[in-house]
Amino acid sequence: MTTTGGSGRRVPDPKACQRLAEQMLAIALKAGADGAEVLVRDGTELEVKVRLGEPELIKEAGSRALGLRVIKDERSAVTYTSDLTAAAMERLARDSVELAALAEPDPTAALPGREEMARDVPELELWDEGVLSVDVAEGIRRAKAGEAAALAFDKRVTNSEGAVFGRTVGASAFATSAGFSGSVRGTHVSFAVEPLCDDADGKKRNGSFWTASRFVAGLAGAEEVGLEAARRTVAKLGARKIPTGAAAVIFSPDAARGLLGQLAGVMSGGAIWRRSSYLAGREGTPVASPLVEIVDDPLLRRGSGSRPFDGEGLASRTNVLVSEGKLRTYLCDVYAARKLGRRSTGSAARGIGGSPHVGVSNLILRAGRTPVADLEKIDRGLYVTDLMGFGFNAVTGDYSQGAGGFWIERGERAFPVTEITVSANFDALWKGIDAIGDDLDTRSSVQCPSFRVGTMMIAGS
Amino acid sequence: MTVGTTAPVSPLDAIDAALAERLLAAALSSGGDYADLYFEHRAGADYVLEDGRIRTVGRGVTLGLGVRVLRGDATGYAYTEELDEARMTDAARTAAQIAASGATPGPIAVRPVPLADRYRVLEPSLARPGIDKVALLRQADAAARAYDPRIVRVEASLAEEWREVLVVTSDGHLARDQQPMIRFGVSAVAEEGQQRQGGRSGGAGRFGMEFFTRPGQSPEEHGREAARLAIGMLHAVEAPAGPMEVVLGAGESGILLHEAVGHGLEADFNRKRTSNYTDQIGQQVASPLCTVVDDGTIDNARGSINVDDEGNAGQRNVLIEGGTLVGYMQDRLSAKHFGAKPSGNGRRQSFRHEPLPRMTNTFLAPGNDAPEDIIKSVKRGVFAKRFAGGQVNISNGDFVFALTESYLIEDGKLTAPLKGTNLIGNGPDVLRKVTMLGGDFELSQGTWTCGKDGQSVPVGIGTPTMKIAEITVGGTKTR
Repeated sequence: MTTTGGSGRRVPDPKACQRLAEQMLAIALKAGADGAEVLVRDGTELEVKVRLGEPELIKEAGSRALGLRVIKDERSAVTYTSDLTAAAMERLARDSVELAALAEPDPTAALPGREEMARDVPELELWDEGVLSVDVAEGIRRAKAGEAAALAFDKRVTNSEGAVFGRTVGASAFATSAGFSGSVRGTHVSFAVEPLCDDADGKKRNGSFWTASRFVAGLAGAEEVGLEAARRTVAKLGARKIPTGAAAVIFSPDAARGLLGQLAGVMSGGAIWRRSSYLAGREGTPVASPLVEIVDDPLLRRGSGSRPFDGEGLASRTNVLVSEGKLRTYLCDVYAARKLGRRSTGSAARGIGGSPHVGVSNLILRAGRTPVADLEKIDRGLYVTDLMGFGFNAVTGDYSQGAGGFWIERGERAFPVTEITVSANFDALWKGIDAIGDDLDTRSSVQCPSFRVGTMMIAGS
Repeated sequence: MTVGTTAPVSPLDAIDAALAERLLAAALSSGGDYADLYFEHRAGADYVLEDGRIRTVGRGVTLGLGVRVLRGDATGYAYTEELDEARMTDAARTAAQIAASGATPGPIAVRPVPLADRYRVLEPSLARPGIDKVALLRQADAAARAYDPRIVRVEASLAEEWREVLVVTSDGHLARDQQPMIRFGVSAVAEEGQQRQGGRSGGAGRFGMEFFTRPGQSPEEHGREAARLAIGMLHAVEAPAGPMEVVLGAGESGILLHEAVGHGLEADFNRKRTSNYTDQIGQQVASPLCTVVDDGTIDNARGSINVDDEGNAGQRNVLIEGGTLVGYMQDRLSAKHFGAKPSGNGRRQSFRHEPLPRMTNTFLAPGNDAPEDIIKSVKRGVFAKRFAGGQVNISNGDFVFALTESYLIEDGKLTAPLKGTNLIGNGPDVLRKVTMLGGDFELSQGTWTCGKDGQSVPVGIGTPTMKIAEITVGGTKTR
């Protein structure tokens, strides 16, 4: 492998991002903005994919961009550019102020008050210097080892979608005329293997397993990932439909993650004031089983969704969304908080091209006390490992998704299941949880243990 | 680069053939078989009206170069946002690392490829003052609110984009295309007592401002349609659960075709033998009623392309003819593997992404049945009219798609509207169960975006009305 020192190999510098953000802020104010916020992001990515033992893709690059929100006479505009020359920044400021005149005055959209801003930037251990030295050759080595382990696991593993190693290194800075300027840097590494099996009926079965961490040392071993991926795939051989009817349903952590994300979405202050959530007006009331406790924790050390300050420059704080099954708070950014007559929960997310909006950081459903093996000690029911499709109506809570997994009879996994849907109203689903496993999965920013719902509708044959 | 209010002056004008040839030589300096450059300049704006006021306006520009090098079946990829020659050469050398032989490339000579003009724009929207677009949003808002007093919330949005691409390949193609896109959407929330329901309507295509004069695309029509759907759902009943006869309405039902069949016919999955359609060319894979086409040449359609993102002209490709599989959608990499010609399906989300075989506008050709006869023929079933989206497992064709407007069919008549639900099935299986096909073809004018391997591209979908003998409805009510 030759190396040439392209833009993919420079190291993003948070202080340089911060200087740029502050410069842009000054230019915007000089151009006539009453207030402004600037987000600068600088990142590099490396992606290596190996399939059937050969490198299939090596992708390496770096990218920088700047997003600006200006407010003039209570009107706001949001703009972005990847051209970071002085002339382009001057032009962006002028054009943005001009553009804001098209919007209508909205006092709710004013910047946060000075007293709300973060005062310091806590160290959350999001950076691993070791990630920088993971190069293409190391990525290929891991990918080959992981895929080979999957292919060797069982002779019924006949093909592969490949093994992918990914690495991102990033820095970002935020500066606002409301009185905050800060920067942060972070690393992230991930590795996934996806084998395929041929089933007896001519269908193919695919499965996968992955590992991810902010630290190289936090990654599971490549062979271990490959073996688990193969184990999961082989277990799907012979999958079939089950008859339509109601049954207990256990969601694996992988399947539960999506449900938890959807629940957080309807607890967002943005959805509440827009009246597009079935949880509007439900604060303080039961919205889930008393077993359920949910937090959003941006301050989690080494967490993949951690952030020392939010997308508007407010201090991050840990928010308890649900405890003892009761909805304790909606997550709010400044706009949603004002609409609902309260204070922000420090939950603003912000991308380069958009306005601040409510977003989760590390969303965690706390582990329960039921040993995970005991969840399956039921007479009959469905264990769901995969969910697919978009079947959630936030306004009504109606929920229905395609599912795959295993049918359980007398406490044992009897056979794999596919091509069915599970449905329920979300309110009944979350209130119907009768056991939560002790197997919290901490690999991603949405963290779940397994849990069991007393009864759901299954549509099959 | 500018965010001015007129159509942007192109920074791609600075890229000449000689510069492109030097960069391609750098990309092939380690012994790659083939390389291409993908320059992209995108200017976009968006406007959002919420609660009766224009809440925010946004604008942005991106510019960059993606360099790809192929060596056998392997791809090296790099990109840069800085278009000075030193940076671009760096990116080319980074992409070159997929090959390692250090060979000297042969001479490279590029020349322009003639292209059709399939998205002629009468009134480029970015050139029009923002206030005109604000007026359109207000019309939609007023129409939705006027539809029924139970409409309590309306949100309307307009997004416009001007994307300019320049593709230069080491086998000599140089293609430059301007790809406009306009997208309009309205969502409404209706309330009655404790009941609350939402409805959405939207449209998109490669048009300028003239888009809004097209049938069904005026802001008022979208406003009323969103309101109608929200109000109609207030009295929706629980959907049945289990296998039933299902009639799919014309247009949006193309989502089934896209998910159930389209993805499995993308050549990369077949080259890797991971699709359920692997090795099935020439075989009967659907009911003889079914002819499936992917057509990138339809005037102004959302998924149309004059040229794909690896320099090949957009085409009309028949995939299934009378139930027999006749071809896959190819990109260069897969076409080489199959000894086929690229079919103009190599697409990418942006300069940061490598091309993949992707759909353009994918549809099922019409049959001969009258749509009303199809509904009349069903004793008890579901009529599916509008969809939120779908997903497929490409390796076995299992799919799910979400219904946002559907009705129960009882004794040949549409009766109660059904709450949102899913249809789940297997693509090849469902296409064999097509028993009636309407003569009423419609290409959906909706805002469809297809995701694959983390990349999103705009697509078109279409079908006539069709009857499926049996498909599993994922409702909550046992019959």
